[in-house]
Amino acid sequence: MHESGYDGPDGPVLPRGLWTHPRRWPDLWRRSIQVRIVAGTLLMSAVVVFLVGWVMMNQVTEGVLQSRRDGARAEAAAEIRGTQTELDATDPTRMSIDSLLTQIVTANANRGGGGLFDVALLVPTNAPSPSTTADRTSKNVDASSVPAELRAQVAVDPDAKIWDTYTEVRYTDGRAPLPALAVGGRVRLQNEYYELYYLFPLVQQQQTLDVVQRALVTAGFLLVILLGAVAWLVTRQVVTPVRMARRIAERFAAGRLEERMQVRGTDDLARLAISFNQMAGSLQRQIRQLEELSRLQRRFVSDVSHELRTPLTTVRMAADLLHESRDDFDPVSRRSVELLQNELNRFEALLADLLEISRFDAGAAALDRDEVDLRDIVHRVVDGSRALLAHRRAPLTLRLPDEPVTARVDQRRIERILRNLVGNAIEHSEGRPIEVIAAASDDAVAVAVRDHGMGFRPEEAALVFGRFWRADPARARTTGGTGLGLSIALEDARLHGGGLDAWGSPGEGAWFRLTLPRRDDEPYDASPLPSRPPDAPKPSLVGELIEVGAPYQKLTDQEPS
Amino acid sequence: MADGNRTTRGRVLVVDDDSALSEMLSIVLRNEGYDTQLCATGDKALAAFRDAKPDLVLLDLMLPGMDGIDVCRQIRAESGVPIVMLTAKSDTVDVVLGLESGADDYVVKPFKPKELVARIRARLRRMDEPGPESLSIGDLTIDVAGHSVKRGGETIQLTPLEFDLLVCLASKPWQVFTREVLLEQVWGYRHAADTRLVNVHVQRLRSKIERDPEHPEIVVTVRGVGYKAGGD
Repeated sequence: MHESGYDGPDGPVLPRGLWTHPRRWPDLWRRSIQVRIVAGTLLMSAVVVFLVGWVMMNQVTEGVLQSRRDGARAEAAAEIRGTQTELDATDPTRMSIDSLLTQIVTANANRGGGGLFDVALLVPTNAPSPSTTADRTSKNVDASSVPAELRAQVAVDPDAKIWDTYTEVRYTDGRAPLPALAVGGRVRLQNEYYELYYLFPLVQQQQTLDVVQRALVTAGFLLVILLGAVAWLVTRQVVTPVRMARRIAERFAAGRLEERMQVRGTDDLARLAISFNQMAGSLQRQIRQLEELSRLQRRFVSDVSHELRTPLTTVRMAADLLHESRDDFDPVSRRSVELLQNELNRFEALLADLLEISRFDAGAAALDRDEVDLRDIVHRVVDGSRALLAHRRAPLTLRLPDEPVTARVDQRRIERILRNLVGNAIEHSEGRPIEVIAAASDDAVAVAVRDHGMGFRPEEAALVFGRFWRADPARARTTGGTGLGLSIALEDARLHGGGLDAWGSPGEGAWFRLTLPRRDDEPYDASPLPSRPPDAPKPSLVGELIEVGAPYQKLTDQEPS
Repeated sequence: MADGNRTTRGRVLVVDDDSALSEMLSIVLRNEGYDTQLCATGDKALAAFRDAKPDLVLLDLMLPGMDGIDVCRQIRAESGVPIVMLTAKSDTVDVVLGLESGADDYVVKPFKPKELVARIRARLRRMDEPGPESLSIGDLTIDVAGHSVKRGGETIQLTPLEFDLLVCLASKPWQVFTREVLLEQVWGYRHAADTRLVNVHVQRLRSKIERDPEHPEIVVTVRGVGYKAGGD
């Protein structure tokens, strides 16, 4: 009937040009409250406006047509009565029925001339042997303009009652049909009934209604658009502060702790902003406090280091002096000096390791990266371990690739890791062979150290990296390890974005694998070396299925298992 | 360096607030044939320095009265005498700060006496091996025997370490020196050590001899390798 104001969910009120990409509409729909509210408002207001418009249009139509209908009925009734009177007064013998009827129609048509009405005199369809030959109408009016239903009504009514209905006047000369009100009744002539219809054109009424309808459609359309705009404005009042809160929360989360919301007025949104700001302030205070604590902690460690190191230096120098001249001492003093010297070395190593760990804990450890060939580091580490190897009588095999194993790493740290792994392997080798293997892939390099010593239980694979962890607390501490070496090694590996993991099996030895990304912090897919040594007993052997997966414990999150 | 008379090896000023460590340092250094002077506070260090006219200063970084860094700057302002820092902090910031304030080398506590003596020896060692009397690099003229560097007629003041570094580079122009090689030849380290030493001193040398230290023409960086003397 009217009204096509609803534009769909992509109404005319979308922000930031997102709606120019149809593929993003569903996304926008999900993410924007504003879009949903505006779309909902448009849809609902369109339905309401449509219904209201429809009812109004019906009532207006009814009102406009009713008066015309009343007038037309009265006029038609008068005409029919007049015609009947005329017919009754006519002497049918004086002229033929045909010409009489024609005359009546012409007379009627003349009265309705000037577009007042058209006339149709129709022979009832059920008339037995009609004495007249044909239907008669005003000029050019098609007799079929009278609807069959009306004719049926008129036909069944025996009295001089009149009927009416809306129809169209069709013309035989090709003019466009016009809306009209057809009013009809019966006239009698010599016991023959004829149906007399008056067709009142409703052109004027149609024009009026068209104007009304256009006005309603326009008004409805504008109303829907305006409601959408109002919904947009109103939701914007709410959504804008919410969006601002979101942006500020995001920035806050990203570490910009000084971000605060603007507080305007005292409404709910202002209270939200106040609460948000209070939360932010409280968080900021706590974070600052923690930072301050952490700073104090670092400062403390630094001070302690200085305070400890200065007396230690003195002791160290004194011990060295004594140690150099130990040959002049009696055996008891000599041994004491040797013990003093050895334990001082341990003490120094422990202090250095503790400070290194505290630097990691404080997040103060920084990488000094260089492009290096890991094979060079391995060679250096192994050369540095010759004395210990000879002392333990452990054969060491290097299995390094021919092509360079280069990566951007902090040479000092990687050397420390490998020195630690090789040192551990030698210490636990019990004189059995040790292998050092290196490999490279496109995105990662790896070095693994394998020993065939006493090993450790699979469930201890993660524990070995714990601080001050020892495989067997009852075991004699024969060597001067600080118990922090593997912890530091793991931290060093992680600092590179790499990983360090361990495999062990009692009696089968151990396998430590260091994996590093080739380029700065670019994650790698997989280590170039396996997580367990190739010569390890297969866990899939009979009876060991229960422990599948246990021997290897994932220690870094870079490693897809 | 010939052994000779033990007392002629050189005079070392020890600036450290820890009396036990100072005394221990004295014992060790005297044992090695050095004469020692002690100073316990930072604010008296400069006076002690002027008084003692040492051949080398051992300087603790944390001092009462005045920070070791400031003492270092003051001494460096009036003398090129070798300064070796004693520091308990091996963190980059502290070390670089100390080196930038003018120290030639540093030793991290706790150190072994031999290590310290090796450092001191390396600093007091002169370029003994016979070389050319004079070198020229870029628009600089280096009088090796007379320990002076001139641009045109103008003398450029360099500390002995900076002079050694420049001579080392200029004696073999166009040879690229890695930082490790420079550490060995100039500082006397036998093992690879802290390359920050080289970086800081190259910066300081450049600030004195380059026309535009931002775009060095005499001491040129070879990316990924080290440094070389650029001539023309």
